[in-house]
Amino acid sequence: MAHPLLELKQLQTYFISSKGTRIVKAVDGVSFTLAEGETLGIVGESGSGKTVTSLSILRLLPAAARIVGGEIWFGGENLVTKSEPEMRRVRGSQITMILQDPLMSLNPLFTIGEQIAEPLRIHLGMRGGTLVERIKELLRGVRIPSPEVRMREYPHQMSGGMRQRIVGAISISCEPRLLIADEPTTSLDVTIQAQYLKLLKDIQKRSGLAMIFITHNIGIVAKMCDQVAVMYAGKLVERAPVRTIFNQPAHPYTEALLNAMPKLTDKSERLWSIEGQPPDLANLPPGCPFSPRCPRAEDRCRREVPPEVQVGDDHYTRCWLWERS
Amino acid sequence: MSEKLLEIRDLKKHFPVTKGIVFQKVIGLVKAVDGVSYSINAGETMGLVGESGCGKTTTSKLILMLETPTSGEIVFRGQDIQTLQRKDLRTYRRGVQAVFQDPFSSLNPRIRVGDIIAEPVVVNEALPKAEIKERVQELLRFVGLSPNAVNLFPHEFSGGQRQRIAIARALSLNPSLIILDEPVSALDVSIRAQIMNLLQDLQRQFGLSYLLIAHDLAAVLHLSTTIAVMYLGRIAELATSDDLRHKPLHPYTQALFSAALPSHPDEQREEIIIAGEVPSPLNPPSGCRFHPRCPFVKAVCSEVEPVLRPVADGHQVACHLYTDPA
Repeated sequence: MAHPLLELKQLQTYFISSKGTRIVKAVDGVSFTLAEGETLGIVGESGSGKTVTSLSILRLLPAAARIVGGEIWFGGENLVTKSEPEMRRVRGSQITMILQDPLMSLNPLFTIGEQIAEPLRIHLGMRGGTLVERIKELLRGVRIPSPEVRMREYPHQMSGGMRQRIVGAISISCEPRLLIADEPTTSLDVTIQAQYLKLLKDIQKRSGLAMIFITHNIGIVAKMCDQVAVMYAGKLVERAPVRTIFNQPAHPYTEALLNAMPKLTDKSERLWSIEGQPPDLANLPPGCPFSPRCPRAEDRCRREVPPEVQVGDDHYTRCWLWERS
Repeated sequence: MSEKLLEIRDLKKHFPVTKGIVFQKVIGLVKAVDGVSYSINAGETMGLVGESGCGKTTTSKLILMLETPTSGEIVFRGQDIQTLQRKDLRTYRRGVQAVFQDPFSSLNPRIRVGDIIAEPVVVNEALPKAEIKERVQELLRFVGLSPNAVNLFPHEFSGGQRQRIAIARALSLNPSLIILDEPVSALDVSIRAQIMNLLQDLQRQFGLSYLLIAHDLAAVLHLSTTIAVMYLGRIAELATSDDLRHKPLHPYTQALFSAALPSHPDEQREEIIIAGEVPSPLNPPSGCRFHPRCPFVKAVCSEVEPVLRPVADGHQVACHLYTDPA
């Protein structure tokens, strides 16, 4: 296997209250690797820690959150120990991010052209004619018609799909090696979502960048990803190549997620549903966090936290069911 | 065949676009719903699918009488609802309830859950307090919440539980039709299946009819008996859920299927990615509204607007590809 581009080792990001009395383990011991040109899907429900994981990689955490343990290796360097000015050189040029709502991530007071120019000016020192040419090229790359006109327009003059493509153009402007997309298509219509996913795939093919897709939608994972990491209550409960996840899910939660989705192709009378609610992170049950909802939970699951075990090639899970075999 | 509960005939809703503040001039019309007809049978679910701006929510507002139609009829149990007077109107309003997408904004944060669910009963029925209380307890049981919930406030519940509260409120007056506007899209995946199962159970238990509005094709196929695919204020295709699943005819429906996400990485689907975006309903394209994005466009498509006509039993499509037998 090629040297991984990104490697997380036992990452722990906790939210700590100002007096240090309350601790929420938003990310608790997450490890995975991502090779150049590959796509990793991080799947989980709200509050499972998928967004905090990606914000930890970029070190853009809110004030109360702290990386209390673990390492983040990116291109041979540990991002956890980097200083803020060093991180600033990584963000926007080496690692970039696309957020869910393009209206929130674009500044309404600046033209599209100015917003695409910013990272190019800061990271690559581009100026004048070359800068304008590059902006047009990027806009053409994300299939914005008549870029000369559009670059002088403001975000409100564009549709949701176009705005999201512009955010895409900004994020690939400095030819990053890793692109993190946090629910990039949730606010888009179905046909526009299909266009956008195809565009991201094309960009990846052209530039060979690695991507992390953060999503709660198993369908996006099936369509876009090579590797999958399933998160539940701050823990990574299963990781494997995408086909392994779909064909032989090892963790009961993964299995339930796959079965809870209605299928286009055939009619099932009833959906398999997971009873109960995701747990409160500030007040986790003892043992495996999924045990209160797990149909196969045993006594041990309610007492002890399961360790990560290898169950196949590149296939890891955190479940006591696999400990016995 | 079960009886028709609600029938919509050539329903239109045009919103005027005006210019000026004092002397307003109408400079255009947004044809949000433009000639839509369908019917909902008792005990069945009608699904409306389409992208934003196709008129699915406006249709539901017209049925809920939150908007008045520009023309057309909405017939409920054989009576046009626009002709209903006082008592009959109240009966109609009680018979048609709604559950909305976002349970965080559809429940008043300052009112206790018990009062939220009881409010429709208090307003509409002169019942003694004890009976209302009993009814609320019963409703909570139907939607799978504990009876202790009555004294809590909405913020003490998760998204899925709040959606259950909204469903309990909609059920409180024994309606015959519930309009579900994107009932699960704001919920987490594992909770979605719970709510979808609950909706199916309640339908069976009480013989409810649903009008389900959603953009997620798989969810609509799963829950609906009949489905109308809407595009820019018109119905492009109307078919039973099984017919639509196996034989989508309209190019737009096919594109929606193709754009829907796969359930397995090996699932191969014909790739019809339609270019462009939904045009503005202020100025819809001539002829077939879908023709600028259609991969099978013919010369006639830009000139003549296709009408919705049956191609098989219970399967109607508005497309020139299926009109001439050649």
